[in-house]
Amino acid sequence: MSIEIRDGGLSTTVQDTGRFGQYHIGMPPSGAMDGFAHDVANALVGNPEGAATLECTYQGPTVEFRDSRVIAVTGPDMSPELNGEPIPLWEAVAVEAGDELAFGFATEGTRTYLAVSGGVDVPEIMGSRSTYTLIGLGGHEGRALEAGDSLALGESGDRSGRAGSAVEGSHRPSYGEDDPIRIVMGLCDYRLTEECKSAFLDAEWKVGAEADRVGYRLTDGIDIEFVEREQPFGAGPDPSNVVDLGYPVGSIQVPDEPIVVMRDAVTGGGYATVATVISPDRDRLAQRPTHGTVSFESVTVEEALAAREERSERLATIRKALE
Amino acid sequence: MPAETIGRTELTDVRYEHGGDDHVFVELAEEMSFDANFRAMAITQQIRERNLDGINEICPANASYLIQFDPETLHPDALIEELRELEESVELTDYRWDTRVIEIPVLYEDPWTEEALMDFRERHQDPDSTDLEYSARINGYESVEAFIEAHSGQPHMVTMMGFVPGLPFAFQMVPRDRQIEVPKYVAPRTHTPSRAIGYGGAFTAIYPVPGAGGYQLFGRTPVEVLDVEQELPGFEESLVFLDPGDIIKFRQIDREEYDAIRERVEAGTYEYTYEQTEFVPGEFFERPYEYNRELVEALE
Repeated sequence: MSIEIRDGGLSTTVQDTGRFGQYHIGMPPSGAMDGFAHDVANALVGNPEGAATLECTYQGPTVEFRDSRVIAVTGPDMSPELNGEPIPLWEAVAVEAGDELAFGFATEGTRTYLAVSGGVDVPEIMGSRSTYTLIGLGGHEGRALEAGDSLALGESGDRSGRAGSAVEGSHRPSYGEDDPIRIVMGLCDYRLTEECKSAFLDAEWKVGAEADRVGYRLTDGIDIEFVEREQPFGAGPDPSNVVDLGYPVGSIQVPDEPIVVMRDAVTGGGYATVATVISPDRDRLAQRPTHGTVSFESVTVEEALAAREERSERLATIRKALE
Repeated sequence: MPAETIGRTELTDVRYEHGGDDHVFVELAEEMSFDANFRAMAITQQIRERNLDGINEICPANASYLIQFDPETLHPDALIEELRELEESVELTDYRWDTRVIEIPVLYEDPWTEEALMDFRERHQDPDSTDLEYSARINGYESVEAFIEAHSGQPHMVTMMGFVPGLPFAFQMVPRDRQIEVPKYVAPRTHTPSRAIGYGGAFTAIYPVPGAGGYQLFGRTPVEVLDVEQELPGFEESLVFLDPGDIIKFRQIDREEYDAIRERVEAGTYEYTYEQTEFVPGEFFERPYEYNRELVEALE
């Protein structure tokens, strides 16, 4: 069976946990920008971790269901309504054939996830259903959803018994927060002066207008100062230039204003990279809207690993409670 | 007297860097050299063969490489220790790899990239010249024709894939004093035609799809380097045509031939001209011009 898209919303794409093993040909992982909200949505409706959900950006879509399913909406509140009646977030909700789910705008945060029992069943490409719009690959025809699209769903059986199960309030992230985003300094941070490194960490940045699934440009912070050097052969003459190298997902490059590379990453290039957002905080950064505030806190790799483990444990606790 | 061999570079300052909790970035050298690139390829090939649990991505780059992994399975410090051991054990002189010599036809000074570069003249170092005129001049060539002759005359090795799927960075297989080096645009263009041949730093790039770009524009190829649908000949196994280690020979073509090849590409009947071969770094380092001639002759 399927769901029918009546209105695509601002930019709604099919995403899962990502497409791995092809970064070396220039293929980014894509996948849910906020992996935590995506994973919890799947857990609520009883889907396996790898099932595809709809990632809604700023304003969600309007969809019509064609059979009985269990759905869950997680992430920032876009005021979801089922047949005109508000439905709760972070809670499994039963829907019937003919029901219509509509969303408004997010007032805090940017990306909301809609999971449907059975998962969105677009074809897998290189092991993933994620949409990568830049080259029109994966998802539904490689693009954001539009009115008139019909998406197949996987088999789910009767999961109506899950309706009403919900995630405890203490496990629901806050999307209005502006706590520091944790980063591990490194990569080519030898290019920055010591003063610049500390000023970078003290600065308050704004999310620029160019903030999408490819990258977040940050503005209104500080001017980057590079250590003077004779540019190495092959790098190019600008002090921000390095011999083209791989950009980790989450890495921060400094062409002038910093850019944080996100899930639809450009996989490499010739600008100095100076730090990497730790994996649990990539979820948080993905929820910062354009003109939102970002500041950074430098952590050690051990601290980053501990934060990652904390995120995994929280997900495990949520999953266990929903079994 | 220009050098007749490829100067060897000792890599004395290898940096092992953490990319957050789930990446390790290894910078073999700050400057580009065949030594750095061949070591990046040799080491990443070894890692691939070791098939370590927890590794998701192994990405050789020009003078560095990047690994993405699950730290629950493989602790970053254990990975770095493994990489340091590999770095010590890899000997380039013992090393060789299977590769292809591939002909890429290019219409230099084509109307499409010329239109794009004229549209963004105010973002260029020298608004009064074309990208080719500027690049020829700063590299000491007396004419654009002589410069094109140099760019297309000797082959280029794909030393990295990335930026977007299918885009090769290629490094010309000549001694350093013969390498072309140009800056990127002062501010990047917001438009570059697909299949444009660009040059930045010491690298040629082929843009698979239209988009932003900062490389100097030299021409356009009628052939594809990316086929998302995998319908064209040459894309049966992968949606990208090129791999790191492939050797590209650019061949100058005229507009008539460009149109004829383009017609065949669009009809799905164009077959790439290429030959399988084995690349032996030691021989290339010793006698590059002779070695290149042998490589390219295989295409004829």
